[in-house]
Amino acid sequence: MSTSIGKRLLTGNKALAEAIALEMERDDHVFVMGEDVGVYGGIFGATEGLFAKFGAERVRDTPISETGFIGAAIGAAAEGMRPIVELMFVDFFGVCMDQIYNHMAKIHYMSGGHVKLPMVLMTAVGGGYSDAAQHSQTLYATFAHMPGLKVVAPATPYDLKGMMIAAIRDDNPVIFMFHKTLQGLGWMDQLDYSIGVVPEGSYTVPLGQAKVVREGTDVTIVGIQMMMHRAVEAAKQLEAEGIQAEVIDLRSLVPLDKETILDSVRKTHRLLVVDEDYLSYGMTAEIAAVVAQEALYDLEVPIARLAVPDVPIPYSRPLEQAIIPSVEAIFTAARQLVQM
Amino acid sequence: MSVDSIRVSQKEPQVSTDMLQRMYELMWMMRQLDRRAVALQRQGRLGTYAPLEGQEAAQIGSALALRVQDFVFPSYREHAVAYVHGMPLKRILLYWNGRYDGAMPPEGVNLFPVSVPIATQIPHAAGAALAAKLRGLDQIAVTYFGDGATSEGDFHEAMNFAAVMELPLVFFCQNNGYAISLPSRKQTKVQRIAEKATAYGMEGVTVDGNDVIAVYLAMREAVAKAASGGGPTLIEAVTYRMGSHTTADDASRYRDASEVEMWKARDPILRAENALRERGAFSEEWVTQVRKHAEEIVTEAILDMQSEPPVTLDQLFDHVYRDMPKELAIQKQEALSRQAKGESVRG
Ligand SMILES: Cc1ncc(C[n+]2csc(CCOP(=O)(O)OP(=O)(O)O)c2C)c(N)n1
Ligand SMILES: [Mg+2]
Repeated sequence: MSTSIGKRLLTGNKALAEAIALEMERDDHVFVMGEDVGVYGGIFGATEGLFAKFGAERVRDTPISETGFIGAAIGAAAEGMRPIVELMFVDFFGVCMDQIYNHMAKIHYMSGGHVKLPMVLMTAVGGGYSDAAQHSQTLYATFAHMPGLKVVAPATPYDLKGMMIAAIRDDNPVIFMFHKTLQGLGWMDQLDYSIGVVPEGSYTVPLGQAKVVREGTDVTIVGIQMMMHRAVEAAKQLEAEGIQAEVIDLRSLVPLDKETILDSVRKTHRLLVVDEDYLSYGMTAEIAAVVAQEALYDLEVPIARLAVPDVPIPYSRPLEQAIIPSVEAIFTAARQLVQM
Repeated sequence: MSVDSIRVSQKEPQVSTDMLQRMYELMWMMRQLDRRAVALQRQGRLGTYAPLEGQEAAQIGSALALRVQDFVFPSYREHAVAYVHGMPLKRILLYWNGRYDGAMPPEGVNLFPVSVPIATQIPHAAGAALAAKLRGLDQIAVTYFGDGATSEGDFHEAMNFAAVMELPLVFFCQNNGYAISLPSRKQTKVQRIAEKATAYGMEGVTVDGNDVIAVYLAMREAVAKAASGGGPTLIEAVTYRMGSHTTADDASRYRDASEVEMWKARDPILRAENALRERGAFSEEWVTQVRKHAEEIVTEAILDMQSEPPVTLDQLFDHVYRDMPKELAIQKQEALSRQAKGESVRG
């Protein structure tokens, strides 16, 4: 692997597009399909520059027929290709869920392992920019719940690139979620986290490994994508109060890296799980259950969870800002855990 | 079917001059509202907004042909349809300002909430038409959607459903040339979207969507047919989206300025102006009055929108269910008490 650890900075979307380009150069079975992925470069820039480089054959704009092109990707994968399809917003899963839930996830199993589907379904998730109830969900748990799919959600340009390359090379169907506000697009709020150091060459970041992004001894905060970044901000503020928070970036929902979480909880004895998905039946519940089952006696206080309440995401900016866990909310909840 | 089979308005006037003047007034007003809405979005006072400029004739001509009791199922771009069918301008603006009032038509206005996932409103309209038939109501349903929507399964399933069940329904497709960046010719291989009706045993009509009279007449016919038990019709109104897809898009990334210029010459408002001039019904005095009136109404609606009180947290929880489950009531109480303590709200 020719990885030059330089100091080149890329936005999330450019890191993603670069990963796809490298794999398309390496393997001519890789191709891309979706709505506005061609000249437009993807509504959230995930395919920026690919059309110019590889042409309309390998970077295909499709009609607005998600069941059609996701189903077709399944067929093409079964036939030996390695398709990448983009579902423009995860919220639109509704019009094509049979292909995802009943086919992409199950064909390998139902064929007795005979038909493999090396495909990637990439999709934009997340809110916080006033795009209303049918455009702002993360739906992490909805996808992680279904056996047969790998589900990943990287949070940094470095991981977006490395995990996309790993996803394309993976022989399982992978749901690859990228967070809209972490793409570094000009028309969105500019966040520092959406830009990061990305090496030029090809490299992979394994799917299924969480990462301790900040070490601490007093409380463990587990998050993914935006919530992980907010947890790091909160941890900096907690430090000023003498509280050392350890922050874990989950990175993959499936496979779930339980060990990293359990190791951390065994050290800090306190756990806060933060999620941009709905509270009930979500990722926070899953992780709380894992820790309660496997490390209950290591806990000094009950587990705390922060998530969007069980209401659709509001279009109204003030209401939306009120329900997505904020840095301040994470700070308060973590401090409460330590002071209990 | 070829392009020349597109229906345009006839030479002999089938629409009164009063009506044509009203069409002009409405088109002018909605264009002002649309431009002001885009500007308000830029100032951060509205959320992401889908402009309709260029599609005024298709929307207003068709909506004027509806009867009060008819039920409209729109997509996200049909602000002019909503207004003509009885939704106050202020509420249209409130919707894009993230207010619940914006989704609530006044009593007696049969307008379904905007549907964002493409084509998903089309089966709903079929269901409403079925209900009207079952209940013996003198009501038809009309659904609006774009050229892109005709690639979704929901469109095809609803078309077939409505045809087989002989429902009182009009499928109104605004073929505005684009689905975000994808031109219509890459969306479908057929020349005319109206041809798709054939596969379902339904009548399909293509109309010049920038000719307000032609749209009105085609719609009036389809409404009358549906209301008298003649079944559904697919109308394709050929028009052009002059602006970007939404305020989050920049159309110059994927289409030529020359194309936009060509469509400027076919501007629906200009076309109505010419028709009025031919009838000697377009004076400077009249149009000055019309513009002044439109300006006043639009400005008033914007001021009304801006004077609305701030949103409250209760609204988040109150409409999720008809009767609030206990667990959600607890979440609501927690949210309110956190807010009272000045903390942010979360589950
Ligand atoms: C199911 C679904 N897929 C994709 C989208 C993203 N999207 C929003 S608008 C749009 C284009 C729609 O084009 P068209 O039907 O022609 O309507 P227009 O915007 O031109 O009025 C797309 C693809 C969506 N909203 N819903
Ligand atoms: Mg269109």
